[in-house]
Amino acid sequence: MSGRRGPADHPGMTAEKPKAFTEAWKKIFSYMGKYRIAVWISIVFAVVGTVMILVGPNKLRDLTDLIAGGLVTGSIDMGAIWEIGLFLIAIYATSTVLTFVQNYILATVSQKMASKFRTDISKKINRLPLRYFDTSSSGDVLSRATNDVDTLGQSMNQSIGLLITSVTMLLGSLVMMVYTNYIMAAVTVLSCVAGFGMMILIMRYSQKYFGIQQENLGNMNGHVAEIYSAHNVVKVYNGQKEASKKFDSINEELARSAFMSQFLSGLMMPLMNFIGNFGYVTVCVVGAAMVINGQMSIGVIVAFMIYVRLFTQPLAQMAQAFTGMQSVAAAGERVFEFIEEEELSEEVVSPRKLEKVEGHVEFRNVHFSYVPGREVIHGFSAEIKPGQKIAIVGPTGAGKTTMVNLLMRFYDTDSGDILIDGVSIKEMRRSDVHDLFCMVLQDTWIFEGTVKENIIYCKEGVTDEQVVEACKAVGIHHFIKTLPKGYDTMLDNTTSLSVGQRQQITIARAIVENAPLLILDEATSSVDTRTERAIQNAMDQMTVGRTSFVIAHRLSTIKNSDLILLMRGGNIVEQGTHDELLAAGAFYSEMYNSQFEDGGED
Amino acid sequence: MILKYVSKKEWSLVAACFVLICLQVYLELEIPGYMSQITTLLTTGGTVAQVMDEGWPMIACAFGSLLAAIVVGAVATYVAASLSKRIRKMQFDNVETFSMEEIGRFSLASLITRSTNDITQVQMAFAMGMQILIKAPVMAIWAIVKISDKDMSWTIATAVAVAVMMVTIGIIMVLVVPRFKIIQKLTDNLNQITGEGLSGVRVVRAYNAESYQEEKFEKANEDLTSTNLFVNRSLAVLFPMMTAIMSLLSLSIYMIGAILISAAAGVGERLTLFSDMIVFSSYAMQVVMAFMMMVFIFMILPRATVAARRIEEVINTEPSITDGTKTSSPEGREGEIEFRNVSFKYPGAAESVLEDISFKVKKGETIAFIGSTGSGKSTLINLVMRFYDVTGGQVLVDGEDVRDYKLNALRRKIGYIPQKATIFSGTVYGNVNYGDTSEERTIEDVKKAVGIAQGTDFVEKMDGGYEGRIAEGGTNLSGGQKQRLSIARAICRKPEFYIFDDSFSALDYKTDRSLRDALKKETAGVTSLIVAQRIGTIMDADTIVVLDEGRIAGIGAHDDLLESSEVYREIAYSQLSEEELVR
Repeated sequence: MSGRRGPADHPGMTAEKPKAFTEAWKKIFSYMGKYRIAVWISIVFAVVGTVMILVGPNKLRDLTDLIAGGLVTGSIDMGAIWEIGLFLIAIYATSTVLTFVQNYILATVSQKMASKFRTDISKKINRLPLRYFDTSSSGDVLSRATNDVDTLGQSMNQSIGLLITSVTMLLGSLVMMVYTNYIMAAVTVLSCVAGFGMMILIMRYSQKYFGIQQENLGNMNGHVAEIYSAHNVVKVYNGQKEASKKFDSINEELARSAFMSQFLSGLMMPLMNFIGNFGYVTVCVVGAAMVINGQMSIGVIVAFMIYVRLFTQPLAQMAQAFTGMQSVAAAGERVFEFIEEEELSEEVVSPRKLEKVEGHVEFRNVHFSYVPGREVIHGFSAEIKPGQKIAIVGPTGAGKTTMVNLLMRFYDTDSGDILIDGVSIKEMRRSDVHDLFCMVLQDTWIFEGTVKENIIYCKEGVTDEQVVEACKAVGIHHFIKTLPKGYDTMLDNTTSLSVGQRQQITIARAIVENAPLLILDEATSSVDTRTERAIQNAMDQMTVGRTSFVIAHRLSTIKNSDLILLMRGGNIVEQGTHDELLAAGAFYSEMYNSQFEDGGED
Repeated sequence: MILKYVSKKEWSLVAACFVLICLQVYLELEIPGYMSQITTLLTTGGTVAQVMDEGWPMIACAFGSLLAAIVVGAVATYVAASLSKRIRKMQFDNVETFSMEEIGRFSLASLITRSTNDITQVQMAFAMGMQILIKAPVMAIWAIVKISDKDMSWTIATAVAVAVMMVTIGIIMVLVVPRFKIIQKLTDNLNQITGEGLSGVRVVRAYNAESYQEEKFEKANEDLTSTNLFVNRSLAVLFPMMTAIMSLLSLSIYMIGAILISAAAGVGERLTLFSDMIVFSSYAMQVVMAFMMMVFIFMILPRATVAARRIEEVINTEPSITDGTKTSSPEGREGEIEFRNVSFKYPGAAESVLEDISFKVKKGETIAFIGSTGSGKSTLINLVMRFYDVTGGQVLVDGEDVRDYKLNALRRKIGYIPQKATIFSGTVYGNVNYGDTSEERTIEDVKKAVGIAQGTDFVEKMDGGYEGRIAEGGTNLSGGQKQRLSIARAICRKPEFYIFDDSFSALDYKTDRSLRDALKKETAGVTSLIVAQRIGTIMDADTIVVLDEGRIAGIGAHDDLLESSEVYREIAYSQLSEEELVR
């Protein structure tokens, strides 16, 4: 086609990120695994099917010639005409079947691929170190698992088939044209070149506006979200005018870019039409001259009338396919980025498992840092005897969860060791470490499922009696009984549980788990007094006879604990019993006393 | 319908479009006529010059139709863009008049979608739909008229093709369209499960529930995949069928032509039939295409209609809070707030949130509200700002019923600090000096306000200081920093009343303390309303109102309440530990 123009123009269009593009596609192909054969089959089908469509015009030419030949004489060879007609029907039928099978295969493959991607992402979530989730937003992961995979599935389905058929169509129609009549072929190609050039220009130009449009949409979304969510403040401060001013300017920009991008992309169709028509006339005029000069038959013109269409169609399709492939690559990149994240370190080769757990815990010179070079725990050592209670205290954000992270082996220590009953947790399987602990965290986690399912969770062999008992222990049994279906009530967005009730269910879950050690976050924010008492009783119950690590908020817990770890700015700054720490006269006593004065006025 | 928002000028543009589209169709349909002339010339041995005589007007027609199409495209997109700009503005302006009740009814997420996605949908559908809905019928009818005088058997072939196509598309649509909704639901379900797994990642690990979680996901994944497969496989039929129908139609027109011609008597008749055949084959394509376009637009339109309806819902919603007329208040009663037997019930709710609340605050006093969750504390202060209207009794600000004030005037008196700090993208300065009093304040006021709010340190350390950039949602600030800016905003406004809705809980103990000390010193004479969870925050208040299930369970100073109010004592004792606690 456009010998000189084409190559010069194409890099401009594709220059976005060609290297990542090929790489992403390579990965996607290798990810296809057994489906690769199916894809090859569909590619072959697409090529064959398209070639068959191309044969059509050639036969239609013969048909026209036969008819035209009989115009003057009045005798048409109907036998030959039927022969061609049936042949064409056979070809159309076969190519329809082939194209359908090809579409079917690609639809299947891309959906199966999407499914596989989703599964892998879901599994990956469970194999990533917690570090990953602490540093990236869950919205981002979520959008990779759904939006990106969806884009991948949809665009792959459309773009592969489209690309193959359009390329085959373009090349094939070119070959057929040259084969049928090379002069006419040259005429057709030349008459289309100018139009193609314009199309490419428009596409490039409109891409710029699509970018601007996306950006403006983003701005609009951001502004509207900000103002709507700050509705109360905007109203009280009478900030509507200010908001409106900003809105107007974004709205103006948005309308302008929407106009430009939509207008430009709308130009493609009429332009294609014009190229087709223009090509048509050229074919007719030049063809007529040639027919009159006796250089070819009129049937050739008829064939070329169709070739013009077949030749002009694929270019727009190729552009479309290419955009599709680019979004596949972009989505694929994001999905692969997640799937290729570094996983948790390998488990030890011959893990040790505790048979009977005493609950003896020892921290031996533990050093730890979230970010290399910024150590937060500097050589912490402590020995905790079975059944003792350890209170972790400190202001919000002081890094109290660090201790939970280390004990549960959510994070590994930099150096030093944590031993349970004399065995380093590094020598155990992670799942075995988890089995040692009951854990109740502050952000209660309830999933969509029945009350019972939420309490039993994944523990096997739990009887209904155990569930009821646990609920009675945390004082929520009565409430559950008042729910429409009792323990089988679905908990979802429509059933509104209070914060306290959610917390009670979480504690019940931990009671059913019944592990030998306990990690507990005492914070009971925003619950009414009665519920708070029930929760606190349940928590106290749980600590009996268990080695317990309590993120403590109650003075009674702190006073009664065997060891207090005071955390501040991520570090353990002081450790000891309540009396020891008071006597030391440092941060703990300062904070304690200033609070005491505050409360002591009454 | 959304069409009523189309302006007169835009309607005249639409009318112009109609004329232009007719012109475009006319020109497009002229082309086959020339083609037929050319074909006849070719078969009867016309000269090149003769062919050119027909060729030039044909190119002119093609070019004319291109120009018409471009103009139509431009006009249609212009109308769509300006219409959607106006609707978006109307929607935004109306939302700005909403009270909290209307915001709550629509939900935030839904309002945002309605202002962005829904409008984009309408815009696209309008621009495209307008062109196709005009062009397709004009094209179909005109083309049919043009070919109706040709031989019937061709017409029948075309009709059969159109019928087969419509039936095919119809069947596929019946199969597929309802499943689109199912897919949406299944996707939501998958999202939900993934979201749960992410938010509960620690719990999942702690309970070794990885495989439980994966199985659950896999089930949702399978459901989604199988529905997706069905839909995509069904759609796989569509394109090959279309191509087949079109090809077979051309073929049958030629075959019929052959039969007709071989049966015809004279040369002249045969020639006419031959040129008819060629013309017909291209008109028939136009007819088929026109019907195809119509079918597709009927697939797009329902979605756009839903979007349009959602937009209209917002535009047509009347705010439940209406403006009063007064801008000033009676002499000598500044700084007073009085509740007279106030009760409040959320619309549609069975029980009242507040019942028979009466109290009075004088200028410069501090009044605090405490009680468990759901006791109505936040609702109570919302009534002062008129986010909602009372359902019984009266709220008086400066001796005047809040409902009599112009909303602007009422709210100018108030410096409000919500529970969740609200930060706008922009600068520190813009965030602190915010609202309708901003022109009266200077950078000095801002600095002073930030100072009282204990924010000088971190603001001056920021890149650009008071002109430092603040990202959307204030993501480059910590929770405590955001809250301090939010407090500074209220201070900078120099209001008659401060309303703190549990605003101190995001601050650590020390900051909380020094901030309250500074406030007390700098803002003497300003009335404060404080909602709090922590007894420590409100102990010094002149009056404490204890709320329990929407009623006043005690009112008085801290010491009195400890003696007289059971509920207050209960709250105080349950928090005593927390009070003494290092926090």
